[in-house]
Amino acid sequence: MRNRLNRRVAAAAGAGISITMLLAACGADQIEGSGGSGGGDASGGAGTGVDAAAEIDCAPYEEFGDIEGEEVSLYTSILAPEDQPYIDAFQPFTECTGVSVTYEGSSEFEAQLLVRTQAGNPPDIALFPQPGLLQTIVRDTGTVVPAPDQVEAAVDEFYGEDWKNYGTVDGEFYAAPNSANVKSFVWYSPSAFEEAGYEVPETWDEMLALSDQIVADNPGGEIKPWCAGIESGDATGWTTTDWMEDVMLRTAGPDVYDQWVNHEIPFNDPAVATALETVGGILKNEEYVNGGIGGVQSIASQAFQEAGLPILDGSCFMHRQASFYAANWPDGTEVAEDGDVFAFYLPPINEEFGNPVLGAGEFVGAFSDEPHVQAFQLYMTSEDFINNRAAGGQFIPPHSGLDVANLQNPIDELSAELLNDEEATFRFDASDLMPGAVGAGTFWSEMTAWIAEDKADAEVLDAIEASWPAS
Amino acid sequence: MDLLLSADSTGDKLITMVAAIILFVAVMGVLLFAVDRPRNVPSWLVFLAFVGPAALLLLWGLIRPAILTIYQSFFDRRGETFVGLDNFVALATSNDLRSVLVNTIIWVLIVPVAATFLGLLYAVVVDRSPVEALAKALIFLPMAISLVGASIIWRFVYEYKADIGDIQQIGLLNQILVWLGQEPYQFLLNGPWNTFFLIVVFIWVQTGFAMTILSAAIKAIPDDVTEAARLDGVTGMQMFRHITVPGIRPALVVVLTTIAIGTLKVFDIVRTMTGGNYGTSVVANEFYTQAFRQSNAGLGAALATILFVLVVPIVVYNVRQMRISEDVR
Repeated sequence: MRNRLNRRVAAAAGAGISITMLLAACGADQIEGSGGSGGGDASGGAGTGVDAAAEIDCAPYEEFGDIEGEEVSLYTSILAPEDQPYIDAFQPFTECTGVSVTYEGSSEFEAQLLVRTQAGNPPDIALFPQPGLLQTIVRDTGTVVPAPDQVEAAVDEFYGEDWKNYGTVDGEFYAAPNSANVKSFVWYSPSAFEEAGYEVPETWDEMLALSDQIVADNPGGEIKPWCAGIESGDATGWTTTDWMEDVMLRTAGPDVYDQWVNHEIPFNDPAVATALETVGGILKNEEYVNGGIGGVQSIASQAFQEAGLPILDGSCFMHRQASFYAANWPDGTEVAEDGDVFAFYLPPINEEFGNPVLGAGEFVGAFSDEPHVQAFQLYMTSEDFINNRAAGGQFIPPHSGLDVANLQNPIDELSAELLNDEEATFRFDASDLMPGAVGAGTFWSEMTAWIAEDKADAEVLDAIEASWPAS
Repeated sequence: MDLLLSADSTGDKLITMVAAIILFVAVMGVLLFAVDRPRNVPSWLVFLAFVGPAALLLLWGLIRPAILTIYQSFFDRRGETFVGLDNFVALATSNDLRSVLVNTIIWVLIVPVAATFLGLLYAVVVDRSPVEALAKALIFLPMAISLVGASIIWRFVYEYKADIGDIQQIGLLNQILVWLGQEPYQFLLNGPWNTFFLIVVFIWVQTGFAMTILSAAIKAIPDDVTEAARLDGVTGMQMFRHITVPGIRPALVVVLTTIAIGTLKVFDIVRTMTGGNYGTSVVANEFYTQAFRQSNAGLGAALATILFVLVVPIVVYNVRQMRISEDVR
């Protein structure tokens, strides 16, 4: 908590410019990087990781005794092809200890994990994408075992206190942080911006002015400033909750944000209503959306994976989405500050609250306290694993032992710097922290109705408030 | 024993399977042998020996969970605190949950009637026509597709792209609308019609089932009956009303009730096509969402209980109709 306060004070003092400076600095780095070896051998990255892997330090795992021949089952929501870098990065651990890792990914992870724990068939290790789900499973089933001392010591050493807090339930530390992502990004095309003579906006007002400018420059109505899509199968609506959270941090500030997450203010509080209205100013503005896709309503049926693609053909100019959207661009798209696409930091609204950064991450929880499982947990918090895995691409650990040279693309570098920046006010994705009934339930579905059925702001907020579990 | 209980590799699983089969054969052998051996076993013992194990398993695997579920529906989200009828009150009062019940009722009213009617119509029309086999195969094909597969196919049929710039329609229906000079339409988004567009998918799948059963029943009507009617000079319509329909009445009841029960449980279509969004959720989908995604065990159990309560009268009707038709024979 103290760490958070320090950050807030620092952020307020640092006022405004720090992120912009940082962006500029990163940009410079990245230009050199991509000119040299950076972009080209991203695909070879996994291979390099495995080679380097042979050299990891095996000593820490010796204290777990004779664990050779044992097996660890890992359950996760990360599916092919993103699973391969994980599997590769586990290889050195197997070589050291003789413990094999069974990797199992499921697109029904959230529901199935609960079913499996209740049926008495949990995996050894689960990669929790939401602290809220961890809390639910800890409190409702009591099957998660607390992290071993060695893991807790490693987390204390390598991670910030707030990251440790997300893996802590009722004062007991359960799950070590693993990877993270940064959500406060707006994707754009640097070349299209240059061609049209647009500048990357640094304040919210500049961003709205730019949007109006784009509307004025394209009177035909076929080219819009923004494109968006929230369809995501069972999870439809989550991208709108990200919008809400980013704006909430900017209009109400981190303290009110924390109260909102913890239900210390009601969901239909005026502060939340202001944030929703601000989001509506963009997402529900027929003039602003939905470039290359349709009207406001088309946001609801557009798959989030494809929603940003109209940027490439010039039908829209901006798309707010997290760092991991880098993986969604078609093959051959250059992600760089002077390339086909890049992202800028979603600008602040209120100077008072500094530069908030919204992010999320994954946490390693265990359902078994056998020595080989604990050894594996320790490996997943080690510098060896973090750097091996980062070399496989698409991985940003909030881990101080990370060698930034291992990151595979400029967005990951930018994200890692934002995460480790003491000046920025980091907050975890609110819907991932709220109880499942809200965070993965009504918050998603009501925001979907807000877009698809044009449900009124007040009705949406009242319905979510009514669904907040009493206990 | 350890090997059999925790089979990991394919080889182990094969051994386990073979062991299970041997065990089954052995038990059945002993049972048959024991029943046959002494000459005058009381019949209740024979009855018990055969029905007993199945009844026990049913009791344990079906009746007990059903009772537990009903019991759980009176508890809160974690199944700890007794809340009385709160979960059912929530179902009746919350707008969203009430629309779930209304949607389910719409499904159950429309699907069985439409699928049975279309199946019957089709069976009568193609009966004894020269292309009967081919025509039947065509309408029966969707039955072979899983509901998830059918939903994915129809999602493409309903796919929407705005009519701006040079965007091409992917969805068949919207392309037809564009060809006709109309605006493309969001089939899955706009309520309340989106529920009907989901229902179409289930009818598409179920019509083949109705057609097959009813066609077989029509063929089972004795030729001398139809011939006698024809000699009496009935028209096609009279033949249908007075000979065909009464002749296949038991089959009609079976088809209607089977489809009705299937419709109550409909889940895959809603989940795959809209995920229950845009006001299209039904009881089975909402049950899954509440129980497994939002870990609200109490409300989930209440929804399952309602599903159970809705199915019971249909099953009772089915059984009674079967009994009546057997009495007639």
